[in-house]
Amino acid sequence: MYFEVLELAPALSLDSADLDKRFYRLSRKYHPDLFSRRPAAEQQEALDRSALLNDAYRTLKDPIKRALYVLKQEGFEADESVSKEVPPELLEEVFELNMALEESSEGPEIDAARKKFEGMRNEIDGEMRTAFAEWDGSHRRETLTQIRSLLNRRKYLTNLIEKTTLGKTTLSENSVSN
Amino acid sequence: MFQIEFEDNTPDRVVGIDLGTTNSLVAWMNLLRPEVITGQDGEKLVPSIVSLTPEGALIVGNAARGELINHPERTIYSVKRLMGRGLGDITEEVKLFPFRIASGSESVIQVELGEKTFTPPQISAFILKQLKRNAEAALGGTITKAVITVPAYFNDAQRQATRDAGRIAGLDVLRLVNEPTAAALAYGLEKRQEGTIAVYDLGGGTFDISILRLHEGLFEVLATNGDTHLGGDDIDNRLMKIALEDLQTEWGEDLSHSGEAIQTLRREVIRAKEALSFEEAVTIDFNWKGKHYQRRITREIFEGLIRDIVDRTLGPCRNCLKDAGVTPADIDEVVMVGGSTRIPLVRSAVEVLFRTRPHTEINPDEVVALGAAVQAGILAGTVENQVLLDVTPLSLGIETYGGIVSKIIHRNSTIPASARETFTTGVDGQRNVLIHVVQGERELAQDNRSLARFDLKGIAPMPAGTARIEVRFLIDANGILNVTARDERTGVEHSVEVKPSYGLTDEQVEAMIEASIDHAEDDFRAAQLVEARSSAETILTAAAKAKNNAAYGVLDSAERGRIETAMAELRTEMNGDDPHAISAKVELLNQATQHLAETIMNFALKGMLKGTRL
Repeated sequence: MYFEVLELAPALSLDSADLDKRFYRLSRKYHPDLFSRRPAAEQQEALDRSALLNDAYRTLKDPIKRALYVLKQEGFEADESVSKEVPPELLEEVFELNMALEESSEGPEIDAARKKFEGMRNEIDGEMRTAFAEWDGSHRRETLTQIRSLLNRRKYLTNLIEKTTLGKTTLSENSVSN
Repeated sequence: MFQIEFEDNTPDRVVGIDLGTTNSLVAWMNLLRPEVITGQDGEKLVPSIVSLTPEGALIVGNAARGELINHPERTIYSVKRLMGRGLGDITEEVKLFPFRIASGSESVIQVELGEKTFTPPQISAFILKQLKRNAEAALGGTITKAVITVPAYFNDAQRQATRDAGRIAGLDVLRLVNEPTAAALAYGLEKRQEGTIAVYDLGGGTFDISILRLHEGLFEVLATNGDTHLGGDDIDNRLMKIALEDLQTEWGEDLSHSGEAIQTLRREVIRAKEALSFEEAVTIDFNWKGKHYQRRITREIFEGLIRDIVDRTLGPCRNCLKDAGVTPADIDEVVMVGGSTRIPLVRSAVEVLFRTRPHTEINPDEVVALGAAVQAGILAGTVENQVLLDVTPLSLGIETYGGIVSKIIHRNSTIPASARETFTTGVDGQRNVLIHVVQGERELAQDNRSLARFDLKGIAPMPAGTARIEVRFLIDANGILNVTARDERTGVEHSVEVKPSYGLTDEQVEAMIEASIDHAEDDFRAAQLVEARSSAETILTAAAKAKNNAAYGVLDSAERGRIETAMAELRTEMNGDDPHAISAKVELLNQATQHLAETIMNFALKGMLKGTRL
């Protein structure tokens, strides 16, 4: 629905400048202000269409939201796409970070950890771009499964980076849920 | 055949209203240019002051200004601070402002004006009605449609309260538009159509910052931030505090409970504050019951006094830049809105933060009303090719298990915006589901602003977890939430009962509309009476003064007689209650003294030429 309203074919790689242009062009066409002298039913229709356009643009312009949206459309359950489990390859790092954070909320060790996590996230972003292009060409379900696991790892890393930035002292399972 | 056909389908006139904390204005699109409408008293600004006279008449604006001192217990100002708020929110307000909150204000705040009580939307409606009358008098015909501006950072309840005020005033509120966005519209139309601009709006009681991208008539708000409790009023209160402390020491008197003294002092403090924007030092000069208080305040002292207030605007500015994804270098221009932006310290703080000299050439008091008129023109179809994409200032969330908030529409989302959530039952046979909606950025529901509880009713009894009700949350172009619900399996619309956490129910608003229609005629006549008497007093005082002028001596006795008669007749008529009769006598006295006025003027001119004093 979101791709349709922006007059696009479903794709994970999108040109952001082109997306902006489409959004502005359609906003000039659908904005509720342009329908204020029409009958109530038409006004409601314009409101709904305009809300849909804004929702679509907001979702699709952000690559992560866009990927989550495509996953959902392709039948990957929403709650399945967010895992609370620590990815196995991060277990050791998380343990060490926890130890360091118990000592202090900042310091060279924590800075180093943050840099490391940021590097890992950049790597994931690179892998994700490749996977996006691959799905756009093939529409293979396995690629979406791969993207889902990339998104989970990315989310986990983002939370870790936040902890190192905010200097929070606990890293409980619950606080990593969202 | 030369026949011009006139079609009787002229679009309804839509006016734009800036309903401000300190002053309110009404504007319209005069062909292609927005224009502020002047009231019958010759003023564009209508002070947001409402007074209930001992005779039961409601007076608004400049006419009510004097009542602040004469009848402080029957007069209210800055009511915007109470709009859409609960009793718990206003403890600070009540300490600093002479609001008289009536008992029984638990669910909806009621303020006392003399022996009567009113809700804040009703008070605001009196101001709106005055603006409506001003527009009708100036433009002819009846005005029923309006665009009203609100601070961008107003939450849902504050917006609803503003819309309710419009309804009570007999106005169809076609749109609530954010004040900084309105300012950008007026500014964009006048000065610039491309680029990234910041609008810094420090009003009487609220602060907003918005960052917009302008391209080819499209105004896209990137982000907005603010504080609905920060404004020029706070600066006045700082000066008041100092003066009151001085008076306590010097006179040994606590004047803080004397409404009359407070309002007289407040007027003086505001004068001093305004003068400090142009002068390096001023003297606060306060006379009270034969006593005299003076205090010199330099701009340096003043700036030290208010620096933290000005600094409080900078945090929201930084957050706004961050949310908009821009740096100060990306901002092409900063547009200043609101009377408080005349203060040099405010200007320099903004200049330092945005690294660009702020624009002040558009009157900061009028720009919001002008923008509201442009938006009115867009809705009426007379302004074309201008599209406004605004955002919601606060995140919308629902309370989930354990009081945690799940955000469903994030702040700075372009509106209209919507989100869908599916709800189910937790117990076998459960017939309804209660959804608590909050606004704000905090993790826990209790730390956010409770907006309303939506009760989904009439769910068919079935085992727990099997019902699937899809709820659609839609924030419309006014920034107001609409909720609809639908059974996912049957597609049947569910009824949703709304229990607003603050503010009026639809039934209460309806009752207030009824009441206002009943009293509309009386109120209007009473207000006219007060205004007529006030202009009668003004002209009588002026005439009495003119009689002492040397010029009076050169008039012949017949002319002096006519003046005396006109004055006497006006004095008699003033005791009556017919505003038109009083106005007629005012006009007669005006005519009778015309020649005298000219003579005085000539004497003065001659005196000036001679360099002698009369």
